[in-house]
Amino acid sequence: MKKNILIYLSIVAVGLVTTIVACKKSIEGRTENISFLAPSNVDANAGSWKLVLLSRPDSFSVAAPAATNSPGYIGELNEIKGLQQNLTSDQIDKIKYWNAGAVLRWNEIMRELVSRHNLPPYQNEDGTYPIPNSANPFNYPQFPFSNPPYAARAYAYVSTAQYDALVACWHYKTLYNRPAPYKTDSIINANAKYIAKTDLPSYPSEDAVLAGVTAEMMKLFFPTEISFVEQKAADEKASTLASGKNTRSDWTAGEALGRQIATVFLARGRTDNAGKAVGTPALWAQMEQDCAAKGEVPWISQESPKRPPMLPLFGKVKAFLFDSATLVNTIRPGAPPSTSSKQFKDETDEVLYYSEHVTRDRMKIIDFWADGVATPTPAGHWNDIAAMDFLTQNFSEVRWARNMALLNMAMMDAAIACWDAKYAYFNPRPSQIDPRIKTLTGLPNFPSYISGHSTFSSAAATILGHIIPSRQAAYDAMADEAKMSRLYGAIHYRSDIEVGEQVGKSVGAFAVQRAESDGAE
Amino acid sequence: MRRITKIISSSVASAILITITCSVSAQTDMDAIMMNKNQFCQGLTYDYSSWDHYWEGTFKRTNENLGTVTTQSVMYMPNYGITSNLNVMASVPYVWTNASEGVLHGMKGFQDLSLVVKWRPYKIALGKNQLSFFALGGFATPLSNYVIEFLPMSIGLGSTNLTARGMVDFRRDRFTVTASAAYIWRSNVKLDKDSYYDTQLHLTNEVEMPNATQYQLRTGYRGKYLIAEALLTKFVTLGGYDITKNNGQLYPNIKMNSTMVGANVKYTLKSFTNLSFDGGGNFTVAGRNVGQSKAFNVGAFYVLNLGKKAKP
Repeated sequence: MKKNILIYLSIVAVGLVTTIVACKKSIEGRTENISFLAPSNVDANAGSWKLVLLSRPDSFSVAAPAATNSPGYIGELNEIKGLQQNLTSDQIDKIKYWNAGAVLRWNEIMRELVSRHNLPPYQNEDGTYPIPNSANPFNYPQFPFSNPPYAARAYAYVSTAQYDALVACWHYKTLYNRPAPYKTDSIINANAKYIAKTDLPSYPSEDAVLAGVTAEMMKLFFPTEISFVEQKAADEKASTLASGKNTRSDWTAGEALGRQIATVFLARGRTDNAGKAVGTPALWAQMEQDCAAKGEVPWISQESPKRPPMLPLFGKVKAFLFDSATLVNTIRPGAPPSTSSKQFKDETDEVLYYSEHVTRDRMKIIDFWADGVATPTPAGHWNDIAAMDFLTQNFSEVRWARNMALLNMAMMDAAIACWDAKYAYFNPRPSQIDPRIKTLTGLPNFPSYISGHSTFSSAAATILGHIIPSRQAAYDAMADEAKMSRLYGAIHYRSDIEVGEQVGKSVGAFAVQRAESDGAE
Repeated sequence: MRRITKIISSSVASAILITITCSVSAQTDMDAIMMNKNQFCQGLTYDYSSWDHYWEGTFKRTNENLGTVTTQSVMYMPNYGITSNLNVMASVPYVWTNASEGVLHGMKGFQDLSLVVKWRPYKIALGKNQLSFFALGGFATPLSNYVIEFLPMSIGLGSTNLTARGMVDFRRDRFTVTASAAYIWRSNVKLDKDSYYDTQLHLTNEVEMPNATQYQLRTGYRGKYLIAEALLTKFVTLGGYDITKNNGQLYPNIKMNSTMVGANVKYTLKSFTNLSFDGGGNFTVAGRNVGQSKAFNVGAFYVLNLGKKAKP
């Protein structure tokens, strides 16, 4: 009897161990094992698409390549053949990784860097907070603190720089029309198993343009990550050469072009007012006084020690899609419900309701869209959503870059519009008004009106719906959920969300307008 | 002569996330006491654990936006003696959390069901000395779909665990020393988010949970009615990551280590030996990515002899 029980228990134990061990398999990211980018259309005319900052696609010159029958070029082909012998599985994995799409991979790397640096500084002994300093980026707190507006701007600059660089790249590809190594050499063609073979000329290399322009942009946006990013660029170079996609001279010309084009974007980035967005203690106090002078309850930091408001002058950053007069006169929303009004009280009570009536379904929505500290931020989340959909569309690299640029210009400008409203009205958070309100997600340290999530998400859904019309309803549903997550989380009033949606849609419409006239449709 | 066994309650509460301690095996018996054949013991315990200091990696700090974080739980614990050398036990905790400062909302709910099989294959008596060997197997799994990415307010880590524990108990008269070591396999867990950053960005909702070990040394007096012991408990996560400075977004695969010292007292009523009470406390003396918890627990246990009832 005892023996039987022991045998039975042993069987159960073995079964449980097997189950657990089986569940323990290592995790796989959703883009880890995707197939290579195979564009349904190489967009051969992309050299004529409308640029964002460059005045012409040939603003930076690229020398004509050597002929494919020249000794130098034949040497380059032999280099590729050498690389293709005895590829290790690690090298093959890297070839597959980069050939899933370099715009995608650089976008993922950006999201990782934003997540890593999206940490609010720890306070000083005296209860003040240190501010990251771009002149001394490795000192704690490291530069940058890639909070949502910072991140939205970083994504936009990198995406637009990549886009302009690829348009220039396509211009020269068409101009010089040098075929890819796999077109020129049958051995390389036979060994080029991990890439899509197209008629796209390979000089200058689009991978190299992307590596060069992105690595250069990081010098402004993530200065502590330059060595990390240059290593990624070197990986991409080694992988692209070994893949048979381009030769060394294709790469060299492309990388140089990318790095040169980045300088135009870096120059804009250094003078777009973002450097001044932190403001000063006098300014923070003035904003509070101005709000109180209007008879409204001003926002107060609920962190302890009190943290200065996040980037109060981010609304003054130079937008990509509209000028500052349009922002103030057309886009800026009207005032929120007065803090002494019945509507404001009702809306605060609604927030209290959600704080006191937590459901698991709402928690899932709150968590899914939290996009708070140490995440890629809401803009990064929408980059992820976009990337997963773009993968199904078989876009060319240049179209990927164009669509990411449109999305990220819309979201950076949404951040500008949102931050402009937040600091124009300096409206308090619900939990400041009613201390019974406890939040179900991190409480952002800046004024309430209007909701950043709502503005970002509505702008993103608007432009993405234009890019992939069949997904418009899905994007709208996602944006609705993202918006409501902030009310469910008890950190935003309904007005913040509804007006945020309107502002986001109007910003998104500027991006749609650009998309309709950039020559790509 | 009935002996009431108690499943170690040493703290489901302190088991919670960054308050971890014995938690993962909170329901695993770490003592050397067995139920007799056909004895059925039921217990109800209350655990209270709180901390205001915690370790971010190795950096010890306080946080005015949390104040004191408190985890409380009420746990039901049945235990049955299949034979005097083979017991099965379970525990069902209801847990709730609270932060004294800041705006974060507490969480509550049923945490993890735990099942433990406790087997004593050998018992050797040498004069006044007695040496016993135990093997224990535990299984724990969430009873509800609680949120695991809202640490430190979450009520648990969400993994399904298997625990294998070996234990040796030495006894001379009323003096005892018990040493145990456990290995805990922890299943992967799923977040509500579909991507997360720990030391890299993962584009999935699935988190690979590091396994863990737990060691305990306990010694003291074990009498017929009174048991009083001192405890030293160490929990070590095999892998996981350190919380970066001032990072409020924590995931369940943090490297949570802790060393706790504590005491436990149990008293069985002389006049009514079916009933016993116990109480204890634990204090975290060293840790990494955990709260420096002070925990105490109280409980009451009632034994029924099902064997007698079954007789005609």
